[in-house]
Amino acid sequence: MMLMKKGAEASLYLEPFENVLHTAGGGKVVIKERIPKEYRIKEIDEKLRLSRTSLETKLISDAKRAGVKTPAIYAVDLGKMRIVMEFIDGPQVKKVLKNPRFKDKKLCMLIGKYIARLHKAGIVHGDLTTSNMILTERGELYFVDFGLGEYNPSVEARGVDLHLLKRALQSVHFKIVDFVLREALRGYEEEFGAGARDVIKRAEDIEKRGRYVAKEDRIWH
Amino acid sequence: MVNMLCLGIEGTAHTFGVGIVKSDGKILSNFSKTYVPEKGGIHPRDASQFHAANARAVLDEALTQANVELKDIDLVAFSQGPGLGPVLRTASTAARALAISLDVPIIGVNHCIAHIEIGRLTENTKDPVTLYVSGGNTQVIAFDTGKYRVFGETLDIPIGNCLDVFAREAGIPHPGGPKIERLAKEGKKYIPLPYVVKGMDLSFSGLMTEAVRMTRLKKDLRDVAFSLQETAFAALVEVTERALAHTEKKEVMLTGGVAANTRLREMLQVMAKGQGAKFFVPPMELCGDQGAMIGWTGILAYKSGSKQKMDETQARQRWRTDEVEVTWREK
Repeated sequence: MMLMKKGAEASLYLEPFENVLHTAGGGKVVIKERIPKEYRIKEIDEKLRLSRTSLETKLISDAKRAGVKTPAIYAVDLGKMRIVMEFIDGPQVKKVLKNPRFKDKKLCMLIGKYIARLHKAGIVHGDLTTSNMILTERGELYFVDFGLGEYNPSVEARGVDLHLLKRALQSVHFKIVDFVLREALRGYEEEFGAGARDVIKRAEDIEKRGRYVAKEDRIWH
Repeated sequence: MVNMLCLGIEGTAHTFGVGIVKSDGKILSNFSKTYVPEKGGIHPRDASQFHAANARAVLDEALTQANVELKDIDLVAFSQGPGLGPVLRTASTAARALAISLDVPIIGVNHCIAHIEIGRLTENTKDPVTLYVSGGNTQVIAFDTGKYRVFGETLDIPIGNCLDVFAREAGIPHPGGPKIERLAKEGKKYIPLPYVVKGMDLSFSGLMTEAVRMTRLKKDLRDVAFSLQETAFAALVEVTERALAHTEKKEVMLTGGVAANTRLREMLQVMAKGQGAKFFVPPMELCGDQGAMIGWTGILAYKSGSKQKMDETQARQRWRTDEVEVTWREK
């Protein structure tokens, strides 16, 4: 298998479709495999990898049902702790935003709308960085990697999610963070409807607690 | 001043300590006394009274061991926070009195950062991801653009507190940590306990409650101790690993009182190896709370231009690691 990315928790492999699913067909699949950790005892290691693999599968499917484009799940192997899913081809939004002439309001708003759809479905993504968003050639936005996601309908969890987005934007896209966040929050409010302000307000509070990085709060308004 | 002498005063929780450190990094002395409650947990007022009653003796012993006199001191540093209010006020009062009578500058130091800095000094690490675990704190910390950022931390009780309370509830005498470790070594059967990692943060209160419940159900104490350690430490190591992968740093450091635990060390060592990172633990006498770390961090801050006025020296109970401008490290 061709290693695509090695994270702290899992490895991603890119494979031809037919190698994995034994059917004719073009395209490629991504295999996400949660690797065993030698530092912890087997009982804990297996329990964690098993519950997280099945949770992530559920989150990806439920997100799709909520109107957020996510990779199609082809197979789940709870013995090998693998998820076989659709390979979403295209640049990460991280790369798109690095273009100095970037000013795609609609994309920014759609990011906010996607987050609102997740939140309304009771899901928080848990890792809203622009590396986990992919823009396909056809201009479709995908959210990938729900490895840190959970079902949590609380204002606090949603606030953390928005805060993570802001932090991620600040660390990589400090020049356009104001623009991107403003439009994303506009999309979020539009899609979430009543209660969106409470979540945004909470994100602001979380930032003020000093738990996280930045001190400026003007971007929230 | 070519080689200045700093007297560091630590007082945030149980321990009152005085350390005398030279600006070339030499620790001349490091003496402390620790308040042990007769029963139950720490009482802030009793602890502060213990510190006040012992301050003079600790100071004298530190001076004697360093073979210096008070007039040789060029700078007074103290633990300004975070910690228990009454205890912090005792330490800061002692520091102010000393600085005024000696007519030398005073500097308040962040306790958590002092733990990292003394480790960086003795272990000669450049830029570690630090797991700081004690009775009062549980944080995964890494330096980034001018500040020590908290990548993950406990959302409720610190791991050291989790172990202490469990020990007390299970009838294990103080100090609980080493005894839990000994029991855990004989444990064989893993009893499933709540494992809570939320994003990069940790939670131990549910784990503690459940472990206590297991002892009430008359489960073998050795198995419970084993399961408690394995569960809590796996969560700590997981968050540290994530921070390491995220920051792409090549060093891991363990410090704080819980660093004494050999199983935790072993697990971090294995994780670090897997991530291609080096693993460090400062000598145990510098992992716990003591004055030398305060003195050394005071020197770092002072030499990089930090100055403090007397009216800026009030105790800061909730002073966060990531609020401190780290003037002594390159952005």
